[in-house]
Amino acid sequence: MQTLRLEFYSNISYFFSNKNKQKYKKQLISRNSVTSVSFESVVLMAEEKKKEKFDVESASLLVKELRGTFASGKTKSYEWRVSQLKSIVKMMEDNESQITDALSKDLSKPRFESFVAEISMTKTSSKLFLKELKHWMKPEKVKTQITTFPSSAEIVSEPLGVVLVISAWNYPILLSLDPVIGAIAAGNAVVLKPSEIAPASSALLAKLVEEYLDSSAIRVIEGSIPETSALLEQKWDKIFYTGNGRVGRVVMTAAAKHLTPVVLELGGKSPVVVDSNINLKVAVRRIVYGKWACNNGQACIAPDYIITTKAFAPALINALRCVLEEFYGKDPFKSDEISRIVNDNHFARLTKLLDEDYVSDKIVYGGQRDEASLKIAPTILLDVPENSLIMQEEIFGPLLPILTVDNIEESFDLIQSKSKPLAAYLFTTDKKLEKKFVSTISSGGMVVNDTVIHLTAHTLPFGGVGESGIGSYHGKFSFDAFSHKKAVMYRGFGGDASARYPPFTPKKQKLLIALLKGDIIGAILALIGWV
Amino acid sequence: MDERRVDFERELEDLRETFNSGETRSRKWRKTQLKGILMLVKENEKEIFDALYQDLGKHQAEAFRDEVGILLKSTNYALAHLKKWMTPKKIQLPYVAFPTTAEMVSEPLGVVLIFSSWNFPIGLCLEPMIGAIASGNTLVLKTSELAPASSSLLANLIPMYLDNKAIKVIEGGVSIAEQLLEKKWDKIFFTGSPRVGRLVMAAAAKHLTPVILELGGKCPAVVDSLETAMDRKIAVKRILGGKFGCCCGQACIGIDYILVEKKFAPILVDCLKARIKKMFGENPRETNSIARIINKQHFLRLKSLLNEDEVKASIVYGGSIDEDNRFIEPTILLDPPLNADIMNEEIFGPLLPIITLKNIEESTQFINSRPKPLAIYAFTNNEALKENMVSKTSSGCLLFNDTIVQYFVDTIPFGGVGESGFGRYHGKFSFEAFRHEKPVIRRGFMPDIWFRYPPWNSKKMQFLRSGLVYNYFGFVCVMLGLKKS
Repeated sequence: MQTLRLEFYSNISYFFSNKNKQKYKKQLISRNSVTSVSFESVVLMAEEKKKEKFDVESASLLVKELRGTFASGKTKSYEWRVSQLKSIVKMMEDNESQITDALSKDLSKPRFESFVAEISMTKTSSKLFLKELKHWMKPEKVKTQITTFPSSAEIVSEPLGVVLVISAWNYPILLSLDPVIGAIAAGNAVVLKPSEIAPASSALLAKLVEEYLDSSAIRVIEGSIPETSALLEQKWDKIFYTGNGRVGRVVMTAAAKHLTPVVLELGGKSPVVVDSNINLKVAVRRIVYGKWACNNGQACIAPDYIITTKAFAPALINALRCVLEEFYGKDPFKSDEISRIVNDNHFARLTKLLDEDYVSDKIVYGGQRDEASLKIAPTILLDVPENSLIMQEEIFGPLLPILTVDNIEESFDLIQSKSKPLAAYLFTTDKKLEKKFVSTISSGGMVVNDTVIHLTAHTLPFGGVGESGIGSYHGKFSFDAFSHKKAVMYRGFGGDASARYPPFTPKKQKLLIALLKGDIIGAILALIGWV
Repeated sequence: MDERRVDFERELEDLRETFNSGETRSRKWRKTQLKGILMLVKENEKEIFDALYQDLGKHQAEAFRDEVGILLKSTNYALAHLKKWMTPKKIQLPYVAFPTTAEMVSEPLGVVLIFSSWNFPIGLCLEPMIGAIASGNTLVLKTSELAPASSSLLANLIPMYLDNKAIKVIEGGVSIAEQLLEKKWDKIFFTGSPRVGRLVMAAAAKHLTPVILELGGKCPAVVDSLETAMDRKIAVKRILGGKFGCCCGQACIGIDYILVEKKFAPILVDCLKARIKKMFGENPRETNSIARIINKQHFLRLKSLLNEDEVKASIVYGGSIDEDNRFIEPTILLDPPLNADIMNEEIFGPLLPIITLKNIEESTQFINSRPKPLAIYAFTNNEALKENMVSKTSSGCLLFNDTIVQYFVDTIPFGGVGESGFGRYHGKFSFEAFRHEKPVIRRGFMPDIWFRYPPWNSKKMQFLRSGLVYNYFGFVCVMLGLKKS
């Protein structure tokens, strides 16, 4: 009987993670020894276990376990952080084709694009950390003032604890691992919840992370709303969320219960202002690249709409048409160099935007769609009404409305009438216009004469403002996002100013005034009783 | 509690309009307003002292040290550094992006809300305002209704000294606070308790408004067995100053409890007893060297902390209370039970429990088993213990051999972690708290890197492979056709 049970145990063991396995094994053994449990009931138990969902209780157990790991101090050591980052690089290198396959399944993402925007960027990010981490971990010495002389002070970066990363489906690998890299580099234990809307990537991440990284401190939990809600019930030391504003609000509300700080990477309608005095060919290539070559418009910093002058619009449309054909051929459905729409819901959402009255007749290029293959052709619309859905919501797809104004400076009012976008782009050679754009338009990031490239510069913070989000990351900013900057001040027992303590006398007050003003001479005079 | 429903709509529209006019972005405006704060504080020093005396019975030297003086220092610091802070910062870019320039531009967030607290009712109003103004925002200041004299003083003075179209004071209690929280702000800066902090953050979530929460917590002071009499004397002075001399223990960074080795405890208690008398006089109620409890509610809260039998039994000094004058004598308790309220709530008053440990090294463990405090103080000459405190505990700040003075230093950030809040301010960090740092990249149209664009082929892939990992040698090889794709 005993051997039979063990055999049975090994059969079902693949359902459970290592941790559960141990627990289950113990349960099994204890039950065996205490009461004689029939074989059938063990089977039933196993069935129940198999159906068991990831619920609040399992989430709480998970956090408890990771807290234990964090408390042991393991994740704080430089060596641990480096070993995990190295494993991420290796994970990317070993599994290039698996990753591109998953992305192809989820989004038909072209292999090339997957390589550039996901694998390579994740690798670059880890390598940067490997190079700079030691330097970033060093406490930063700061000067103190005469007021507290003699003293020294430093700002120490310490990990926050156990953090949660909830990522998005549009760049399911990069947007999952890039924040995780920051969390690990800063010395935290981390749980990653990839998006269920990109199931192949999510499953792959779950598999690879378990295989390559330290599972006592880094875990992947797959799932949708119930799993996410169970995770959000827990107390985290930071929550990093990439997605939309609606869920962003839910995340922040849940975080408020535990006073957990959040980073929210959201989106918004990122405008492109196109002046008429430009190198049209280059400008249009860069716009087309940012819009359609970045996951077919399904990117948070993709250009959402264009504003240009009435007079320049025909030339611009013409150039867009040429470049689109150069990139994707006459029939974009035949091109395998452009991603598809992620799923039915988003396909329906986008067609709804297109089919609205006074919008559907504004299409000047494209407009074809194929529901079966979830494809929508690159589509350009001219002068859609301001109050249409397509101008109210973030488009997040291959539709590009062009709005026209009489004078290019009018575009600024138009942008300011909407909520603050994640990115704002301007194409011009007019320095005055550029200056005005920089000083009046508020957005997460800003690029003049190009699109989306600010994402690749690790020396710049990436993040939104207002509706486009809270907090920033990339490079050192990722490290900072997952660190607490602890002020540490060292004082000796000497140099005690009695003026600080009661009983207060007029002389002490004078000395205090001088000390707080940083007035050394005043302080000395007060000390020797001259004032 | 006031139940009035106030319409802030017009005030808010005013503020938005002022912000949109761009006026508050100019350095001139910011400078004028900061100078306005200086004038306000300088010209009304006496009125401020009076208001603080009325609200909290603060001695004017304490009021100068903790509020007036600090404000003058902070405002002057901001004025001296404003130009530097506002200047865009040039950023290096990788060569792949050449020729491109990048800089980070600090821009104001918009209309911000500052919720202040009653324990430093002038300082905690104006200190965050310095940051909000320095970074060019318009703002609403909601003063605390629990310090009515200071609140109404600020409500009167601010319109006289500062730009009325951009800076408004709104007085009121819970109902006003709730109504303010319904509005959309570009940042909310809150000083107060974790309970209200949660409500503020939940309200902010509706509008995706970033928040800074300056909360409190039980700040421990670890006292090593100091050897010399001189060290002991100074440590005790600093402990008493940081506990009773700072708004009567009603300070977020005030010492909450002391951790000490069992064998050193009697020595420490004796030193404390002797020094309390010297510092605050035989009868501190009369000498006015110690502030009062803010109101009846807090008085009763503190009274009930003391009322538990086992807690009462642990009193080794003080313990007398005067309900009419809301005065509680400086009180020291030795080893009250750890499950008593006094060891689980933030005390925020003149009660000082001393907890004894067998070994001072156990203090890190003791601290780590509780929520992260805003400050940890440690009095020691032992370098190993110092190192341990830095690396094994977590707190907003960590100060060795002194108390409170971290608040005076402009170069280190002030703010909590975990239960003690998040976000930071003071000095440059105040400026950063209220700005958005916008990266701006500028490019020309030439050269345009052709391998960025589809249709894609293996050669382009090879270029990107080298370019993106900054392998410039490989990059050149591909370009010259020396490397096979």
